[in-house]
Order: sequence, then structure tokens, then C-alpha cells
Amino acid sequence: MTDFIALDPAVTPAPERGEPVLEVRNLSVDFGVDKKWVPAAIGLNYEVRAGEVLAIVGESGSGKSASSMALLGLLPSNSRVTGSVKLAGQELLGTNEANIRAVRGKEVAVIFQEPMTALNPVYTVGAQIVETVRLHSEVSPDEARLRALRMLELVELPDPEKAFRSYPHQLSGGQRQRAMIAQSLSCDPKLLIADEPTTALDVTVQAEILDLMRNLRNKLDSAIVLITHDMGVVADLADRIAVMRRGVIVETGTAAEIFHNPQHEYTKALLAAVPHLGQGGADSAGEVDVTAALAAATKAELSSIPEDQLLRRERENAAALAAAAAAKPQGEPVLELTDVAIEYPKQGRVPAFRAVEGANLVIYPGQVVGLVGESGSGKTTIGRAAVGLLPVAAGTMKVVGQDISAAKRNGRQLHEMRRHVGMVFQDPSSSLNPRLPIGESIGEPMFLAGVAKGVELQKRIEELLDQVELPRNYRNRYPHELSGGQKQRVGIARALSLKPKLMVADEPTSALDVSVQAKVLDLFQNLQKELGFACLFVTHDLAVVDVLADRICVMQRGRIVEQGTRDQILRNPQEPYTQRLLAAVPLPDPEKQRERRELRAQLLEAGTS
Amino acid sequence: MTTYILKRFLQLIPVFLGATLLVYFLVFSLPGDPIVALFGDKPVNEAVASQLRAQYHLDQPFWVQYLLYLKSIFTFDLGQDFSGRPIAAVLGEVFPVTARLAIMALIFEAFFGILFGLIAGLRKGKLFDATVLVASLIVIGIPIFVLGFLLQYFIGVQLGWAKPTVSSAATVQDLILPAIVLGLGSFAYVLRLTRTSVLENMSADYVRTASAKGLSRFKVVRVHILRNSLIPVITFLGADLGALMGGAIVTEGIFNIPGVGNRLYRAVLSGEGPTVVSIVTVLVLIYCLSNLLVDLLYAWLDPRIRYDS
Repeated sequence: MTDFIALDPAVTPAPERGEPVLEVRNLSVDFGVDKKWVPAAIGLNYEVRAGEVLAIVGESGSGKSASSMALLGLLPSNSRVTGSVKLAGQELLGTNEANIRAVRGKEVAVIFQEPMTALNPVYTVGAQIVETVRLHSEVSPDEARLRALRMLELVELPDPEKAFRSYPHQLSGGQRQRAMIAQSLSCDPKLLIADEPTTALDVTVQAEILDLMRNLRNKLDSAIVLITHDMGVVADLADRIAVMRRGVIVETGTAAEIFHNPQHEYTKALLAAVPHLGQGGADSAGEVDVTAALAAATKAELSSIPEDQLLRRERENAAALAAAAAAKPQGEPVLELTDVAIEYPKQGRVPAFRAVEGANLVIYPGQVVGLVGESGSGKTTIGRAAVGLLPVAAGTMKVVGQDISAAKRNGRQLHEMRRHVGMVFQDPSSSLNPRLPIGESIGEPMFLAGVAKGVELQKRIEELLDQVELPRNYRNRYPHELSGGQKQRVGIARALSLKPKLMVADEPTSALDVSVQAKVLDLFQNLQKELGFACLFVTHDLAVVDVLADRICVMQRGRIVEQGTRDQILRNPQEPYTQRLLAAVPLPDPEKQRERRELRAQLLEAGTS
Repeated sequence: MTTYILKRFLQLIPVFLGATLLVYFLVFSLPGDPIVALFGDKPVNEAVASQLRAQYHLDQPFWVQYLLYLKSIFTFDLGQDFSGRPIAAVLGEVFPVTARLAIMALIFEAFFGILFGLIAGLRKGKLFDATVLVASLIVIGIPIFVLGFLLQYFIGVQLGWAKPTVSSAATVQDLILPAIVLGLGSFAYVLRLTRTSVLENMSADYVRTASAKGLSRFKVVRVHILRNSLIPVITFLGADLGALMGGAIVTEGIFNIPGVGNRLYRAVLSGEGPTVVSIVTVLVLIYCLSNLLVDLLYAWLDPRIRYDS
């Protein structure tokens, strides 16, 4: 069997960094909508060299994905692509179907965002990789199988044999993405297009996949086009960056140039909008040096930071922690969990599932508590139980002074309690009734509770629209006429309509673009200060919690593993899990991210030894 | 897996008991005296009538009749119908005919339904798609007996391509036209279901992945789209086999086929409880078994489906 890839870097011939693998000239993409051409990308020019990572950054609708899919002719038939795309000197646009097929998967491979849906659910991972291998090279089934196993090994799957036999749903999200990467590398492509490769993954898994991609880049010397909206991921991986907005590349440059000396207004705005961990909210004392905090907590020594500098940063961190006086909580707790366990009740033959165990948590009036954790950690479960949507299996849960642990489902007590609790949901598009004008959606809780009707109700709706900074005349619009950010504003207005004492916000900004997220968070923070409600803010994004929360609870596998004030958690994380979580969040700054990466590697090593 | 199949077979017991009880009760509640009806226009001979009543247990209360019937099943002696023939022999005569008809109809609707649905889905909005969509609507809209008589008249009588009626042997050749009539309605559903399913899968991420690997369009369709699209279609087809067996009554009437439907219809009219219940019970069991088969096929088509016991 021929070696497709020399796994030992010493054997690899010296990469020719000079030659561009991909040259894109004047590439435009249009989509035919209602017999008109709507541009998705206009006159793009860029090139990628072997061993180089070019990040194309932009928000949704910027044309970053469409233009990259156009390289391989993978757009739907209502599209039009013009310009020139040269792969190692060979023109791809306008060649016949057979030629482009020979390029796909062999010369240019793609990694997609959501590995669960990007792999065919009815075939094993092995079968899908073998399919790719045998398509592009004349090898026997046995050779293809060996090849697939080696690829699965290359992407550091713990048990390649088992992964080979597994169906996609039998693997975890991270493993699936590794399998997807294995498949795309199986024919030793010259160019790899990674379309949001880590967006669907948890932050610690994301860090692992990013590590893997960095290792692979060093080993394989392919050119990589990385499409992403996440500045942290860009800082971690990219050599050069192209910033896209509304179909146009507004700025290109090296990673250092873009991050430290952005020229274009939009790049500056985008960088400013990225919430990054440690930055804090509007009124926090100052930026937290999370790297120093982690280094101090774990007594790590880093080669990327001089020792005296690290010591100074650790001292500053300790001083800031000492200075941070936690505000004394006042009044009766709004939400109080004592040894709470929450179960998803038994459904038919599916046994009850205990999602949360032994949770203790107190929220005082006016306090914002951030509940962070990865998927499956039970954070949303606590949020749901707090509004009585899930029964409490053990322990006591008090909401606005009432013990609802034993409350009957849909009973009177829960009904009463819910009048004091507002809830904002994750996906603003599906949490608003598409057939109700938004004014009615906002007014419905007040109408149902009987607090207002008629003219008074209308006045109150207008007030709420003012509060969330939406024009009053929007009240008669339907949800589909609003943008994502506007819809989430409506969601917030609805949650506020009964003047709740407690607000439960479940990932309210995770479906939004960064610049929109920044505005919604800003609004939320102002409203919280103005109206003084207490808030349980559920999120997977530590940076968002950092902006908003007074206290932070970290959840892992159904348990709250660590909780404390923002400063305690960020400046002095004690639990290994919290440390790993903090270290995994990529920083939108290449140098700081390098420090962080080293630290994370040390943490993981310490964890395994 | 084995425990799952075993469990499913155990589930057949209550289904069997429930179905027989219900059907027996319905026949019992039919108005009119079946024995009196046997005499037709002739005057009723009371002595003969009461002897017949005793022979068929019609003088007993409902529960006794039902239990006696159950006993006859478990002793493998179903008794006789009113013309004195053993019911077991009647079943052995009519079921093969209808099974042949239903399976032919199923093959017809599955093959052409999936083929046309696949092509229509792949060519959404084109002429072929529009044509089969309108045609399938017409087929669904027209009652089966109208379609049956029309095809019988034009193809059977006018054009003479097929025999308008079926011989008592009911050979495969005889049954082609009736099978098409029987399967026509379901064919339209299978077509539409396949088309929708193909359309949905065509925009799936893994289909894009398959194209990005460099697979040809034909292979993308055959390997990646078709198998995923068949999952809902298979469910429908499985449930339809039972429906075709039981629903053949109209088609059998039109083409004069000596099958289950014809015999069942006569048995209901003459109030022959044991005959009706025997036929219906076999139909119910076929229905249950074909559903079990579908559920097993399901797991083969979609590995995400688990049979936990």
C-alpha cells in the first residue's frame, strides 16, 4: 500500500510555502430569488498557500459559506458563480462535472459544521470513509479498510477499530467531528475547507478539535480555509484572516495585523463585540487575567511567559481578588435550592432520568447568577424546574418564597408562582407564536393573569416595547418580519411583562450573531439594573456569564461542582473541571491564546498523570 | 433482538383474543335469524331449524358460543359452515387467492410508487413531477370501484388486453389487472410519500457531504438518498399489506375473484359467526405479523432504531 501521508514529519519534504494552493480571483456568487439575482459574494480575491490557514470571518449572511461552497460547485442549482478559482494552477470554475468530481474529496476536502447530520446516519463511519477512499484510488476493500483505520488513528480516536464499526449516533459530538476530519483527510487533499468545524461542539471539545487541527496542519501541510464567526477560534488557528461583510471582503491581513491593528470599521466593531472571558461587564473592576489566575491556581510554569512577568501577573490577580468585596446579599432569597434532585419523569418504557443531583443554589433579589456547563450538564434542567416545568424529585426548591417541591403539575400553586417568574428562551424564532402579532405575544401574560386589559394593556405593551428599544409600531408585526435580535427583544419584553421578581434566561443569546448578541446583552444588563429583577442566567458561554453575572455556578454531569462570586471563580478557580473549562475558552487574541493553550496542555497533563 | 421478537409474539395473544371476541360479538348482534334465512322462501321446518341451531350452538348464550368457538380453534377443528363444508377447507381455498392478489398489488405499488416518487422528487417542478402529482391526485380522488369498472371495461372488454373476469383458478396472469386496480390508490400514496421523503433528504447535510466527497449524482441518489428516503415508505407498505388483504373485497366483487372478500361478504350476510370470525382473525394475524416484519426491516434500514427490552 502506498503511503498517502508521511506520518513522521522528518520524512516530509520541506513544504514549498511560496506556491499558492488556491487562488481565488474576482469570485462572485449570486442566488436567483424570485427571478432576480441576489448577490451573496462580490468580487472576492484571496489565496492560500500550503501549510497555511486562512480564516474567513464574518457573521451570518456575510457570504462566507456560500463563497467557499462555490469553490467546489456545491451550491444549489439556483446559484450563479463567476470569476476564477485556481487549484494548483488548474481552473475549477467552468470545468465539466467529471473534472470537478475528481477534485472533490481528493484534492479539496470539506469538513462541515454539524457532524451529526453531515455523516449519513445509516452507514458506519468506516463504510463512509472506505467509500471515499475507494472512489478516488484503485485499492482493494482491505487496503481501503486499513487506510480508513489509519485515518481514524491519525485523528486520535481512542479506539479506531471500534470507531470504524460505529454508526455516527454511537459516537460523541467530538468523536463524530474527528471521524468527519478523518474522512476528509483520507485522500490526502491539497486543500481543506473547514466550515464552522467547532461551532456545534462544547468548549472543551472545541479546544480538543482545534488542537487536533493544529497538529494535523503541521503533519500534513495542506492548505486550510477556515470559515467561522468565532474570533477565538480564528485567534487559535489562523495565519491570515479575511473579514467578510455582506458579500465583500472588507479587510485581509495576517492574524497579528487583524487582531492588533484592524483598519476597517467593521473589523474593529466585530472585535469589540466579541465578549471575551475576563473582560467583565460595564461596571466590573477591571479585566481578569484568567491565564494568570489559572497559572496561580494550578502552580503552572509557562514557557510562553517569562517567569517574572507571570509572577507579577499572578500577584496582580491575587490583589484584585482580595480587593473585590462581595456585595452582601439583602432580603429574602428569590430562588433557593436545597439538595435538589430533578428527574425527567418516566415515559412509557423509558425509565425516569435523574438529570440533576444535590444542587444547592441561592439567588437574592437583584442578583444575577450565571449557571454554566457543557451540554448534558443539567443547567437547562435547573432552569426549567425553577419555573415548575419539571418536578423536583428530592430536596426543596423555593421560588419567590413558596416551596414548590411538592407542587402538583399544572396546579394552582405553580400557576400563582409563575406570575412572579419570567422566562426567556434560547431560540427566539420558535418560542414566539408565528401566528400572533408580537404585541399580543407580549400582552398575553398580562391578559391571562388579569392584571391589565383594554387601553391599559395596550399602554403597557407600548411601555415594554420602549423598554426593549423596539419601535411601538412593531406591535402589529409578526415574528417572521423581525430579525433574530429583534425577536429576542420581544422575548425579553414578554418575560418582563408581569414585572417578575425572578427571570430565568436559558441561553438567550446563543442563537445570535456576535454583534447582535453584544447589543442584546447590553440591553438585558441595563434592564436588569433598572428593574432590579433577580436572574438565573443559563449558558454554555463563560464569556457571556462573565459580562452579566454577580455569581457563577459551574455544572458538570448534573452536579454544581463549584460556585462563587465572579471574581472567585475567574480569579481563583479551585475545581479541576472549572479550570479546564476556563482554559478551553479561546481568546480572541493570538498571543494570549498561545499562553492559554500551553496552560491548557499542562492542565490536561496534570489531570491524566 | 430475540427477546424483542418473542415479546411481539406474546403481544399477539391479547390481540387475537380481543379481535375474536369483538368480531364474534358483532356477528352475534346482527339482526335476523340466520337459520330462518337459510330456508329462504320455503316455509320453516321447526324440527330441522332447532336441530341446526343445536348443531351450530345458536341456542346457547353468547359467552358459551364464544368459548365453544375458542375451544374449536385450539382443537384445530373450526367446524363447518352452513353449507356443511369444513371452515378450515374454506380458509385454505380463499386465502391463497387473496394473498396472491394482495402481494401482486403490493409489488406493483411499491415498485412503481417508489420509482415514480424518486424521479418526481429528483426533478421537482419539472413536467414529470407535475404530471405524476396531478395523476396521483386523480387516482386518490376517484373511488376504487369506479376505477375498477373503468379499467375492466376499457382494458378488459374494449381492448381485450386482459380477461375482464377471473377464472376460478385465479392464476397470476388472471390477477394482473385486479392487482393494479387494488394497488392503485396505495400506489399514489407511496409515490407522494417517496417524493416528499426524497425532497427532504436531498437537502440533508450528509447528501452535501456525499457530493463533497466526489460521488457521482447516481451514486449519491442510490447510496445516500434512497435508503434514507425508504424508511417512512416501508412503514406504509407494511401496514398496507394487511389493508390490501382485507380491502380486496371491492376488487374481488368487480372481477368476481373467489377470494377472502367474497367469502367474507357471503358469510356476513348469512350470519355464519364462526366463518366470519375465522376469516377476520386470520386477517388480523396477518396484519400484526406484517407490522412486525416492518419493524424489523426498520432496524435494518435505520441503525438508530433500537429494540430495547
